[in-house]
Amino acid sequence: MKLTTKLMAATAMVSATAVSAAELEVTHWWTSGGEAAAVAKFAEAFNATEHTWVDGAIAGSGGTARPIIISRILGGDPMAATQLNHGRQAEELIEAGLMLDLTDVAEAGGWKDIVNPSGLLDSCTLDGKIYCVPVNIHSWQWLWLSHDAFEAAGVPVPTNWDEFAAASDALEAAGKIPLAMGQQGWQQSGAFGVMAVAIAGQDAWLAVNADKNAEVAGGPEYAKVFEAAVSAREMAANSNVQDWNQATNLVITGQAGGQIMGDWAQGEFSVAESVAGEDYSCLPGLGVNEVLDTGGDAFYFPVNDDPEITAAQKELAALLISPEVQVSFNLAKGSLPVRGDIDLSAANDCMQKGLEILASGGILPSGTQTLSADTSTQIEDLMAQFWSSDMSAADAQAKYAEIIGNAD
Amino acid sequence: MTVASDPPARSHAQRPSRLFKNMMAKIASIPMILTALVVFVGGTTWTVVHSFTGSRLLPKLNWVGVDQYERLWNTDRWIISIKNLGIYGVCSMIFTLVIGFTLAALLDRKIRFESAFRTIFLYPFALSFVVTGLAWQWILNPEFGIQSVVRGWGWETFTFNPLNDPDTVMFGLLIAGLWQGTGLIMCIMLAGLRGIDEDIWKACRVDGIGTVKTYVQVIIPMMRPVFITSLVLIASGIIKLYDLVVAQTNGGPGISSEVPAKYVINYMFQAQNLGQGFAASTMMLCSVIIILIPWAYLEFGGKKRG
Repeated sequence: MKLTTKLMAATAMVSATAVSAAELEVTHWWTSGGEAAAVAKFAEAFNATEHTWVDGAIAGSGGTARPIIISRILGGDPMAATQLNHGRQAEELIEAGLMLDLTDVAEAGGWKDIVNPSGLLDSCTLDGKIYCVPVNIHSWQWLWLSHDAFEAAGVPVPTNWDEFAAASDALEAAGKIPLAMGQQGWQQSGAFGVMAVAIAGQDAWLAVNADKNAEVAGGPEYAKVFEAAVSAREMAANSNVQDWNQATNLVITGQAGGQIMGDWAQGEFSVAESVAGEDYSCLPGLGVNEVLDTGGDAFYFPVNDDPEITAAQKELAALLISPEVQVSFNLAKGSLPVRGDIDLSAANDCMQKGLEILASGGILPSGTQTLSADTSTQIEDLMAQFWSSDMSAADAQAKYAEIIGNAD
Repeated sequence: MTVASDPPARSHAQRPSRLFKNMMAKIASIPMILTALVVFVGGTTWTVVHSFTGSRLLPKLNWVGVDQYERLWNTDRWIISIKNLGIYGVCSMIFTLVIGFTLAALLDRKIRFESAFRTIFLYPFALSFVVTGLAWQWILNPEFGIQSVVRGWGWETFTFNPLNDPDTVMFGLLIAGLWQGTGLIMCIMLAGLRGIDEDIWKACRVDGIGTVKTYVQVIIPMMRPVFITSLVLIASGIIKLYDLVVAQTNGGPGISSEVPAKYVINYMFQAQNLGQGFAASTMMLCSVIIILIPWAYLEFGGKKRG
């Protein structure tokens, strides 16, 4: 430790700048091709200052990486900064005083005025203080459609969920899987959430997810959603892939008609050099109810007792939300920027649609913002069971209403 | 004088000698005793205590009574996990013992290349469960595993797809578990068979008892300690079944191959609900104790009586 301090002091003296250089270890779980390229934009921008970005990528999705990150923070070996999904995942860490208060940075940068939708910043706020930097917006409400599959089935590419459901017989007759679905709880639960927003409507969705109203969850609007989920389950009966990108691949290669998946699926289409509007279409909100949820990623900064590192952490926080970094990062990631005042004309068809919806205010909070990890896991378990068995819509709805009723 | 002072002196010398006998060995085992007390007993107590709290991401002492247990036993996923562990446990116990013993008995017939076969059978044990799980996931995959190979031979209607069917997925796991585990049991059994005196075989031959009958009625009862060791090894492997499931099916399709250990890990870390995870792990501990106590009573209580 002493040696490091001496070295740090030496470096500081040699560089002889007012602000001394620090190395910040940043953990995240962005390891796929497009994601790694996006993180590199952050690292480049940060290395351009006198500080150094030490990359701490953790392979595996959030489910694998998050426990590692949290146990490191709890175990007294915090990294300098870490990615998490903003919302309730870090709630208790903030309450325990383990996260750096960024309120002064946020006020200096005027985050309140630039972050759009403002709900993103609210998710970072606890008792009036801001603890994280939102960096992007990912939305779930997309239906990706393969033009090849519909051409083979001899039906026009649908423009909403009802047309899609009606075309499923034709797709099946042409030997296609109508709906591609990875057999994992989070995908099934996500797809169900998308159908709920589209079919039950925004108000019912908010009543269930934000107010935890079990009556609405057991009521007639949601009954329709569960009926639709049963027919979606039939459409996806022959889709026995596991990972979401394998399911997306079924759509890209024209083996499946469509897939309900978040906008991160776009990365797969662009890697496969498919063109939006020619090879595939995207229907936000299943073409029924054009709203997007605004989940996404945020960076948290665990408390550090070294003032130099704290200063560097705040510098990084300000950098992540700066206009240039937001543009370069989000273009690489395929996600939408968190500030409404920047120019993203380089974005493709589908991203433009998303930007328009954001600008017109068709936004919802995301599931990670409104439900605790515990409740989300229970719903995922229920959905995994529902999609892989012949559980009836009424049974599933009763169980769903019970989980919502017990949610905190 | 000397006679009078002798007995107390001897008792003085005796008492410390009992306590300080093998002094070095006792000092050397202090770390292990402390580990056992603090880590095992202490950790277990701490877990059980916290299973009665509403702890979420961080352990807290806000008592909720038996709420966590009520919720646990009302959860479909937990019930399915218990059933799966039961199916896997019973089948794995029976098949491992039967296959392990049969292989060992065959090797014991003084066949050629015995050591080569022994190595081949034991090799899977050197692999981690993750590797085993992945390898068998590929072997059982209908697109490029056994099914496609057999179809390639011309049997077009052959279907073998255990991992994608909720009713058979546990047997897909069982195949992988057996493939990995029987080699070790076979080696232990073989060692036990080699420990049987040659004269017993001769005596049986003189009495005109057939080979199979000798094995079943004479040799197996003599190998009781070996079977006990094997049972303990197999049982501990069953209870901690986790990595094989994660690598091979990840609980799917749906939640049809979930196991209790996976429930514990998921609820502690992914769902950030420590209380629920602790309640589940306490139930796992209870199941171990329920199996262990009658066994320990039979094993150790029996010896005293005998």
